[in-house]
Amino acid sequence: MISIKNLHASIDGKEILKGLNLEVKAGEIHAIMGPNGAGKSTLASVLAGREEYEVTEGSVDFDGQDLLELSTEDRAREGLFLAFQYPVEIPGVSNVNFLRTALNEIREYRGQEQISAKDFMALVREKSAIVELDAKLASRSVNEGFSGGEKKRNEIFQMAMLAPKLAILDETDSGLDIDALRIVANGVNTLKSPNNATIVITHYQRLLDYIVPDFVHVLYNGKIVKSGPKELALELEEKGYDWIKAEVDAQ
Amino acid sequence: MNDTIQQNKLALFTEHLTLSNLAFSSDLKEEALTVLATNDFPTTRQEDWKYTRVGRIASIKAIQNQQNSSISLPEMIDDSMLLFVFENGRFRADLSLSTLPAGIKIKALSSCNSDELSLVGSLVKQENQVFTALNTAFATDGILIHIERNQKISSSIHVLNILSGENTASFTRNLIVCEDFGQAHIVQEYRSQEANSSVTNVITEIFVGANANLTVDKIQHEEQGNFAVLTEQVDQKKDSTFTINTITLDGTLVRNNLNIEVNGSNCESNLNGAYLLKDNQHIDNHTIVDHKVAHCLSNELYKGVIYDKATAVFNGKVFVRKDAQKINAFQSNGNVLMSDDASVNSKPELEIYADDVKCSHGSTTGQLDDEAIFYLRARGLSEKAARNLMVSAFIGDVLEKIENPSVLKMVQSIIQKKHGWEF
Repeated sequence: MISIKNLHASIDGKEILKGLNLEVKAGEIHAIMGPNGAGKSTLASVLAGREEYEVTEGSVDFDGQDLLELSTEDRAREGLFLAFQYPVEIPGVSNVNFLRTALNEIREYRGQEQISAKDFMALVREKSAIVELDAKLASRSVNEGFSGGEKKRNEIFQMAMLAPKLAILDETDSGLDIDALRIVANGVNTLKSPNNATIVITHYQRLLDYIVPDFVHVLYNGKIVKSGPKELALELEEKGYDWIKAEVDAQ
Repeated sequence: MNDTIQQNKLALFTEHLTLSNLAFSSDLKEEALTVLATNDFPTTRQEDWKYTRVGRIASIKAIQNQQNSSISLPEMIDDSMLLFVFENGRFRADLSLSTLPAGIKIKALSSCNSDELSLVGSLVKQENQVFTALNTAFATDGILIHIERNQKISSSIHVLNILSGENTASFTRNLIVCEDFGQAHIVQEYRSQEANSSVTNVITEIFVGANANLTVDKIQHEEQGNFAVLTEQVDQKKDSTFTINTITLDGTLVRNNLNIEVNGSNCESNLNGAYLLKDNQHIDNHTIVDHKVAHCLSNELYKGVIYDKATAVFNGKVFVRKDAQKINAFQSNGNVLMSDDASVNSKPELEIYADDVKCSHGSTTGQLDDEAIFYLRARGLSEKAARNLMVSAFIGDVLEKIENPSVLKMVQSIIQKKHGWEF
């Protein structure tokens, strides 16, 4: 699905990613954990195509395409989805209106027909139910006046609507109470299929009780320094990151 | 010395113009000629014209164009509306409706007698107002709309003003009287057809009677290369509602003067404005709401989107006079600059002499939120689609105040044609 090799990226001349390698196959869920400032959100931003970040070295292959050559919108159209850590409020732009535009632009890119109004509304009803998002919220202005939990549920709702090949959840669990966390995780699990993959970026192990990863990676100082099965997350929760930092720094 | 040159400009401008032979008061016309003889075109030294230079209007070799263009009425005109067409300030009876529903009188001013025009000039002041005086002195025609007492006119009235030809100076004088308990919806559309270096000068005096309800949609889309100075002077009696939506979509230089005097209690006044500018366009909206009596509400919302090197001016004044207590007056102006060269001069003003009122005013000017654009692009929208979506949401606030679906459709189709996006 995605193959990241020796990725180096910097912002304002400061190198954040320093040779990151990651391979994610269809059907898999990968968790990326790590201390603050390790480069977790930078990885998400670089993959989504945020222009402030400069990739100085390395490659990212996304289903046979050179991802780094694509514009942000083309990455989305190719099936990459980023659930934002801080979803943006866009006053006046209705959620469903923009999703219809998005869906149709994606379809056009893939040479498919536009979705009919009826099919679209049916899709909205079906997918908003997955994250228990009130139909009224679905038609309101994008994230405007939404609570933290509603914003994150809206991210997963959009993910459900766009049905991406690869979803990157950037700290989707931050600021969520346990009910919202359960709903969001349930949404992600419902959408899981052998044909798609998910990268879950998180600071806490808590989310991984609900979204069970196939692999856990530790990102530290711009690199993945340790990978393991889901039990690694529990170990990190128990012992913190210091032992990994010590291990890496000793090398 | 300077004054002499300026006066020469005004004299040159009027050199080939023919005096108005409409049947309104000759005193008024004489007063206008006095104003023209003793004043210049306004300069940016005058507060009211600080940001708008009229030099390009002054240098037109103005003629009152007599031509009748072959006009194909646009498909966007709604058949159910009562249509009246004026070209270069002259009535086009051949394109206008001849039979009217009961309860309403609509006539060209040229066919009115002096009694019917007794209200002309009773609201606008000419002193030192060159464009008003020009209109009074040289008005060729205009529309009289008189809604009788207790009459609700269910069909909308569409007054289409077409500017055509080169160096045309079009002077149109309108009079709208909505008597007590009357109700009507009027569309004043300004468009051009093969016009260049031409100027539209319009004055509309509007009388809104007690408990009357009048809505005006003013849609301006004369092509670039042309100029317009338009004034609406409104008088509201008690318990009345007046709404005006000023939508400016084209034109090289457009100056709108909207003045509302609220002379009765328990009135509602709604002033909504939207302007979309590109290239080197300059659009100037000056509004005044004068609350003279108590217990009234005014809502003013003007929003603009400015592309390229265009400039917008907003100057909104709200007066609350000494005895006008319990006034709620709200005024807001918002602008989005779509390029580094676009500019706005926004001046919201409140002058309050009463002590028990609720008033607010505000002005914002900014650019589209880059983070929001990135968010939309990350969902698959192109940058253009993302920007258009945000712009249409911004201006949509004002456009959704247009209640008539045909007018809204017309506005949508003009925006689609001129700016390539929909809302």
